[in-house]
Amino acid sequence: MPLNREDISARLAAASYIADRDIATALWLMEFLKRPLLLEGEAGVGKTEVAKALAAVHGAELIRLQCYEGLDQNAALYEWNYQRQLLAIKTREGIGENADAIEEHIFSERYLLERPLLAAIRREKPPVLLIDEVDRADEEFEAFLLELLSDFQVSIPELGTVKATAIPRVVLTSNGTRELSDALRRRCLYHYVDFPDVDREAKIILARTPGIDTSLALQVARLVAAVRKEDLRKVPGVAETLDWAATLAGLGIHDLREEPEAVYDTMICLLKTHEDRARLTREVSDRLLGKVA
Amino acid sequence: MGAVAAPDTHMGAQMRQKLAGFARTLRDNGYKVGLAETRDALGILAGPPGARASALKPALRALFCATHSDWERFDDIFDAFWRGRHMRQARILASAPNAGLTPARRLDTPAPSQGRPGLPDDTQRRRDGEGDASTDGRARREGASRFENLAATDMRHIVDPVDVARTHALAARLARVMRARLVRRDEVRRRGRRIDLRRTIHRNVSHGGTLVDLAWRRRKSKPLRLVLLLDASGSMSLYTAFFVRFLHGVVDAFREAEAFVFHTRLAHVSASLRDRDVARAVDRLALMAQGIGGGTRIGESLATFNRWHARRVINSRTAVMIVSDGYDTGEPETLAAEMGRLRRRCRRIIWLNPLIGWRDYSPQARGMQAALPYVDLFAPAHNLESLAALEPYLARL
Repeated sequence: MPLNREDISARLAAASYIADRDIATALWLMEFLKRPLLLEGEAGVGKTEVAKALAAVHGAELIRLQCYEGLDQNAALYEWNYQRQLLAIKTREGIGENADAIEEHIFSERYLLERPLLAAIRREKPPVLLIDEVDRADEEFEAFLLELLSDFQVSIPELGTVKATAIPRVVLTSNGTRELSDALRRRCLYHYVDFPDVDREAKIILARTPGIDTSLALQVARLVAAVRKEDLRKVPGVAETLDWAATLAGLGIHDLREEPEAVYDTMICLLKTHEDRARLTREVSDRLLGKVA
Repeated sequence: MGAVAAPDTHMGAQMRQKLAGFARTLRDNGYKVGLAETRDALGILAGPPGARASALKPALRALFCATHSDWERFDDIFDAFWRGRHMRQARILASAPNAGLTPARRLDTPAPSQGRPGLPDDTQRRRDGEGDASTDGRARREGASRFENLAATDMRHIVDPVDVARTHALAARLARVMRARLVRRDEVRRRGRRIDLRRTIHRNVSHGGTLVDLAWRRRKSKPLRLVLLLDASGSMSLYTAFFVRFLHGVVDAFREAEAFVFHTRLAHVSASLRDRDVARAVDRLALMAQGIGGGTRIGESLATFNRWHARRVINSRTAVMIVSDGYDTGEPETLAAEMGRLRRRCRRIIWLNPLIGWRDYSPQARGMQAALPYVDLFAPAHNLESLAALEPYLARL
C-alpha cells in the first residue's frame, strides 16, 4: 500500500526534516507516477537533504552518486577489480588452465566492483538513489543516465545484462551550472527548492541546534534572510545558518540586539569570500540588525 | 450504483477536456508538455490529490514544470486557467521570449531583406582589386570568388539585398566552419596518457596476463564554450544585423554557446536564436536589439551578466566574446570593475571592435580605455575576413 501525502508529511516531520508543503506532494507524486524527481535551486538550499529525508521516510538505504566533470561509466556503474584479476591470471596459469577458462573466470561476479548506479539496481529493497549535481557531469553521461532511468537495466559486455531487482527511487539535483537536456527534464518531476522562509528556517535551526532558544532562532533566521538580500557573491545557505546559530548559542548569546559586536565578528560563518566580508561592514551589520530586531 | 456512476463518468469527461485545455495553454506558453505528462495528470486527477484543489496545484506543478522559469510562471497560469481570473492578462504576461511563436511568424512574412535595420545610406562599394589584395596568397575555403570579395568588404558598405543575404549566409557558414575545425583539431592532437586497464587486461588474457599490448585512453577534451555579448546600441547599428546573423550561426553550430544582446540593458537571447527558422530568429532578435534610444550601458550590462548569468554560462573553458565599439555612457570605473570580475571567471576575453577596421582608429573612447587592460585579444570585426581570422586563436585556447 503506497503512502499517501499526509503519511509522507508526518514521516518527514518524524525524520526531523522541516518540509514545505509542496515538497511532500512532490515526494508523493514520485511514488504515484514512478518518476524520478529533479531538484533545482541555489547552492546550499538543502537539495541533498531532501533525498536524505526521502530515504528516512521509506526506511530505505541512500546510495549517492556525486557527479563531476569527467565522470564516466567506470566510476558510476561498475569496474573490474584489476589487481585480483591479474593475480588470478598468474595463479591459474600456474595450474595450467587454458586461456578461455581463465577469461571465463576472471570476468565473473567475484571480480566485479559495484559502483553506485549498479548498486542501486541490485538491491533487494528499493533504495533511494541520489544523483547529486548532475549538471557537473557531461552530456554523454547524461544521455547514458537517461537510458538507465528508463530501462533500469545495464549491460556489461563481459557478463551480460543486469536487470533491476528493485526500482530505486531516484532524486537528481542540479545547481544550474549547465543547462540540462530537455529529455532529462521531461523524464523527471520538477521541484524548485528555494531558500526557506523565516519561519521554516527558524524551525530548522530549532530542530538542528540543541539548546538554542526560540527567540534567538527566530532572530537568526530573520537576520540571515536580510543578509541574503544584500548583493553578495556567495549567498549563505542553510548549512551556514546552522553553523552561525550554533556559534551564537555556543557563545551563550540570547539576544542579538545586545551583542552587535559578537554578531559582526561571528558573521564569518556566513560569508565565505573576502569580497563579501569587505562588503558587509560593521555599519551594514548594525543596519541589518536594527531592521531585524 | 449505476445512478451514482453516471454523473461521475460525466464529470470525468468534462475534467479530461478541461485538463487537455490546460495542457494546451501550457504548451502555448512554451512548456514542454507531451502526451505522457497529460496522461499522468489524468492519473493525478483520478487519485487522491484530485479531490482537493489545494493539493492539485503543487502536484500538477511538479509534473508540468521542467525549468525554473516554468516553475515561476506556473502559479499565474494555473490560477488564470482554473479560477478564470485574469486569464488574458496572464497569458500575455506568461509568454516568454521563446514562447511567442505566433507573433514572430507574422514578423517574417513581409520584406525578406529589404530595409533590414542598420543598413547605411552610403552606396559606395569596394572594387575587386582592393578586396583581393588581402586574400592573396592563401586560398580561402569559402569557395566562390564573389564570396571572397564580400568577405573582405566592410559590412557597412554592403547594401545590395542579394549581397546582404549572401553575407549573412557566409557569416552563418563561417561560424559553423569554426566549430568543425576546432573539434577536429582536438581529436587529432590529443594523445592519451593514461592506460585503459579494462581494455588492456581484456586484450592480454591470451598472453597469460602479461601486459604486452597496452590500451591507452586518450583524454577527451571538452570543446570550448563561447559566450557572445553583442552591443546593439545606436552607434553599432551599421553592424548589428550582420552580427546577429553571426550570433545565430555560432549558437546553432556550437553545442555550448550562449548569446546576449545589450544596449541599455542585457537580454539573454540564446533561446530565441535556437529557432530552426533562421529568418524568423534573426528578425526577432533584430527587433530585440533595436535600442529604445538612450546610451549604451556596457558596465551595467556586464554587471547584470556577472551577477545573474555568469555562474551558469561560464566555466573554465569559456571564451567571452564582446562585440562592441566601446562607447559607454556609464562610468568607466564600473566598466573596469566588472571587466575585472569577468576576467577572473573565464578563460579569455576577446573584444571585437568594428572600428579597428577603420583607418586611423585608436581606442580613445573612455569605456574602451577602461576595458582594455582586461582584454586578451583586441581584434577588428568590420568584415567577415576579420572574423575568420579569429579561428586559429580560438583553436589554441
